[in-house]
Amino acid sequence: MPGTTLEDIDYSDIEAKYQVYYDDSFDNTLVVDGVPIIDKSKLERLLAKVAKEFSRKGIAIKPEDIFMPWDESTGKSKGFLFIDFRNVEDANLAVSALHNHPFDAKHTFKINRFTDIERFTDLDETYMEPELEEYSSREHLRAWLADPQGRDQYVTYRGEDVEVHWHGKPSQSELAHKPDWKDFLYVAWSPLGTYIATLHRQGVRLWGGPSWKPQQRFAHPLVKLIDFSPCEQYLVTWSNEPIVVPEGALQGPQYFSPDDEGNNIAVWDIKSGDLLRTFSTTNDNETPGIKKQMQWPALKWSPDDKFVARITPGQMISVHELPSMYLQGKKSLKIDGVVDFEWCPHGDKDKEDAEKDVKTAINGSGSKATTKKARENMLVYWTPEVINQPARVTLLSFPSRAILRQKNLFNVTECKLYWQNQGDFLCVKVDRHTKTKKSIFCNLEIFRVREKDYPVEVVELKDTVTDFSWEPKGERFAIVSSSDPNLGNPGPGITIKTDVSFYQLEHGKNDFKLLRTLPSRTSNAIRWSPRGRHVVLATVGSSSKSELEFWDLDFNLEDAGRREGQTSKEEWGSGIQLLGTADHYGVTDVEWDPSGRYLATSASAWTHTLENGFAIWDFRGQELTKQIQDRFKQFIWRPRPVTLLTKEQQRQIRKNLREYSRTFDEDDAAEESNVSAELIALRKRLVDEWNAWRALCKKESTDGRGQKHGKARAAEEEKEEIEVWVDEVIDQIEEEILE
Amino acid sequence: MSTNRVTATPRHERSLTQIKFNAEGDLLFSCSKDHIINVWYSHNGERLGTYEGNNGTVWTVDVDSESRFMVSGAADNTLRLWAVATGKCLYTWEFPTAVKRVAFKDDDSQIVCITEQRMGHQCAIRVFNINRDGDGTNQSKEPLHMFNPIGSKATVCAFTLTPNIIITGHESGKVALFNIKNGDEVDNNERAHGDVVTDLQMSKDSTYCITSSKDKSARIHDTKTLMVLKTFTTETPLNSAAIAPIKPYVLLGGGQEAMNVTTTSLRQGKFETRFWHKVFEEEVGRVKGHFGPINTIAVHPAGTAYASGGEDGFVRVHHFDESYFRAKPYGDLEIAD
Repeated sequence: MPGTTLEDIDYSDIEAKYQVYYDDSFDNTLVVDGVPIIDKSKLERLLAKVAKEFSRKGIAIKPEDIFMPWDESTGKSKGFLFIDFRNVEDANLAVSALHNHPFDAKHTFKINRFTDIERFTDLDETYMEPELEEYSSREHLRAWLADPQGRDQYVTYRGEDVEVHWHGKPSQSELAHKPDWKDFLYVAWSPLGTYIATLHRQGVRLWGGPSWKPQQRFAHPLVKLIDFSPCEQYLVTWSNEPIVVPEGALQGPQYFSPDDEGNNIAVWDIKSGDLLRTFSTTNDNETPGIKKQMQWPALKWSPDDKFVARITPGQMISVHELPSMYLQGKKSLKIDGVVDFEWCPHGDKDKEDAEKDVKTAINGSGSKATTKKARENMLVYWTPEVINQPARVTLLSFPSRAILRQKNLFNVTECKLYWQNQGDFLCVKVDRHTKTKKSIFCNLEIFRVREKDYPVEVVELKDTVTDFSWEPKGERFAIVSSSDPNLGNPGPGITIKTDVSFYQLEHGKNDFKLLRTLPSRTSNAIRWSPRGRHVVLATVGSSSKSELEFWDLDFNLEDAGRREGQTSKEEWGSGIQLLGTADHYGVTDVEWDPSGRYLATSASAWTHTLENGFAIWDFRGQELTKQIQDRFKQFIWRPRPVTLLTKEQQRQIRKNLREYSRTFDEDDAAEESNVSAELIALRKRLVDEWNAWRALCKKESTDGRGQKHGKARAAEEEKEEIEVWVDEVIDQIEEEILE
Repeated sequence: MSTNRVTATPRHERSLTQIKFNAEGDLLFSCSKDHIINVWYSHNGERLGTYEGNNGTVWTVDVDSESRFMVSGAADNTLRLWAVATGKCLYTWEFPTAVKRVAFKDDDSQIVCITEQRMGHQCAIRVFNINRDGDGTNQSKEPLHMFNPIGSKATVCAFTLTPNIIITGHESGKVALFNIKNGDEVDNNERAHGDVVTDLQMSKDSTYCITSSKDKSARIHDTKTLMVLKTFTTETPLNSAAIAPIKPYVLLGGGQEAMNVTTTSLRQGKFETRFWHKVFEEEVGRVKGHFGPINTIAVHPAGTAYASGGEDGFVRVHHFDESYFRAKPYGDLEIAD
């Protein structure tokens, strides 16, 4: 090529492309301190020994990879050496395996990365005042309660989209938030509604506050189930995959450590995000092969978040103290054969007492006599029949571990424990078998927990009870019972016939008496309104029936002061009234809103794919809204925390309800007129548009016809209306008139 | 909507394909998969006569404005012209494939037909002149115009006000205007519907039309610009849509596909005729009755009755009672027809 020399050609692009990168980092070089100081004669033996020591831990190195610096003046080694590893992983492994490794009686290896040493030597020694982070106030996590209209919220999960809505009057039922959460299993509210949790592959994330910012996260990979403690202080997570802590995983109080490997359940502190403890769900002496279905929640919380208990079926109940998560009293409750247990919930009164206790403790005043001591936590457990020993239900106080009441039971197949939500009553549903063990019937053992000596009363039933539910804050309960022969062998198209019965505590006699039985239903679910009184009976999970029945149990009573003046002045059971019936095809979930005014029913795509969607009803069974949406999955009301008003304040409100409701009535009227005015305007506009368009069309078509369809038009015009009068002479009569 | 009075449930042996009132509304023509075309008195449901001779499902029927001639298209690949009064078949055109849709022009001088795309034959649209002189047996064998619409096949069609322009609905959900002289697509709305267009009915003055589709919606289009004026979205695939004269309503009918019916309950099937407000796009009522999907709906030209034909083989004629005309669910609003 004449004129161009080799130097003229610009190779820079090619050079840049094919440049060889040298691995010039020292990441795979370690500095080992604490090596014996030797002279040259022993070098070979030492190097061989060091190499062997490393190889024993599974990191193969050759004596040639070791560089030993020498102090030339003394002719001895300096007591440290450098080792080059094949790669960074080996080096990391060596650090974790051999740091602080005793080499011999006098020498212990101290291993550092070469790069770290470099960094440490370069470290600026002058102390820098750490900059104080600007205090940013956190959002109010309960801001939604301050809604001027007092509306409740609910979350819906459909397809891949989550939406949080306000529920109010039609004009106020707007979208509250539409988050862009991705790749999660499902969503869940915390029990007081403060947080909403999403379950991701990496773990659980909590969101909250007016901006719906992430509030906390818990790194439990492949988490499947979560459970909040009642006061929202702690969170329990479970994954079917045992915990694995990979090499180089993040360490810290918020992460799993190697000690947690193999466990499935983790307990976390919500506020700090710290991991408190992990548990394994598999029991050591469980017969392998027989996999029992896991109980969830696997850890049961005491209502005040002070204890969490876990059962080892057949052996013991282990109660852990919070927040240390140590075993309370350093020993479990050893109970032979224990099958199940439940904590007694705290009623409103208990909570008040507890608060007073705390206050007196803070004040430090010695006025112990004035306040009643708050009730101790209680739990109830049952043990089945073993040879010569009857089945037994035991009421235990905790942490004193005193047995409060015990009841022996015979011919027991199964027990279920149901606490009333105020902790006033406990019902043990006992499935009993006849001597031949062929048929099953049911007893309800009802403990009156607030009375002296915990009296127990038995309600005997002939049928099998499939569902039991206490009225919240009430003295009534409802059961679904069935004598259907198909019970127990469900098949497609089979709808089990059931009876629903209501019972109420009779104050005079102090026992529970049947209020009323509703025979031959298909209902299989009881949903009490959270405020009591109203109850919905639903047929859930059936392919052919999907009825909802809305009942009022105090129909005759005036709402104001009904609690106070509740004496059996009326006929027993006359207050039960059916308010309405409704139908939601394919309903899978039925849930009351926290105020007990509205009921939501939903048909989730997780169960079936027919007519998925949700509906909201008022307590009378009037449909307020219904949305059929493909791939609809979840509907959950946002729970509300306990009211801050005292009993006295609540009574005042109930007394002056008329006063308060007047303003609301005014609001409603204004709203109505507002809505209708808007609607009328919209309709007017639509009609005007349409009419204008029609007028235009008419004009065009007549114009068009005038030119193009001249003939047709002419023909039309030629059509004249001709009126023809036909006189027909039917008869002629001549009359002569004489004058 | 419970303000209707059913006078008649004429019965075919198989599912209905199309029903049509004549211009006066006293006669109701119905065709079905049982090969027979029936004509009924609309006021009492008495059968006036049958038109027999087709040897296959009769897909479509239309009657001229004088109730003199009637045309039918059938799966036996024939298009037939009938004398309404005598029931005689006057003329038969034969094609390579089934005839899916026929329509008379407003002035009765022409008919348009769509033949199915099958067995290597393309979907074709043909226009014939109808010789109204004499007894009607003297028709030209050859079509006046014929063309194959490009792209998705046509399923429904009708003449528009503009000379030589027809409006068509297509399998892809497209609604288009074609010039019949040269087969050019004059205008189209590719996204009119998301699925096959199942019915197309013109307004009284042909300035707008309503289409129904399997995409669960019905739409009102301006026939000149093909602009979508109104959309009615339901939760079930629609087979037919009609415009009610006098009152501002449209009638929609459909239901679960026949193949899915056995797996769902009657309540689920959504076999009701739905009344929607034409301007506000709101549902105002439903009329139950059929126990299969509704295949075709026709409204009496005077707006006093409507008829629906179902997959169940029944034609139900409902006469609106007085309250239907008196009721003003949206208050006093003058709405042009």
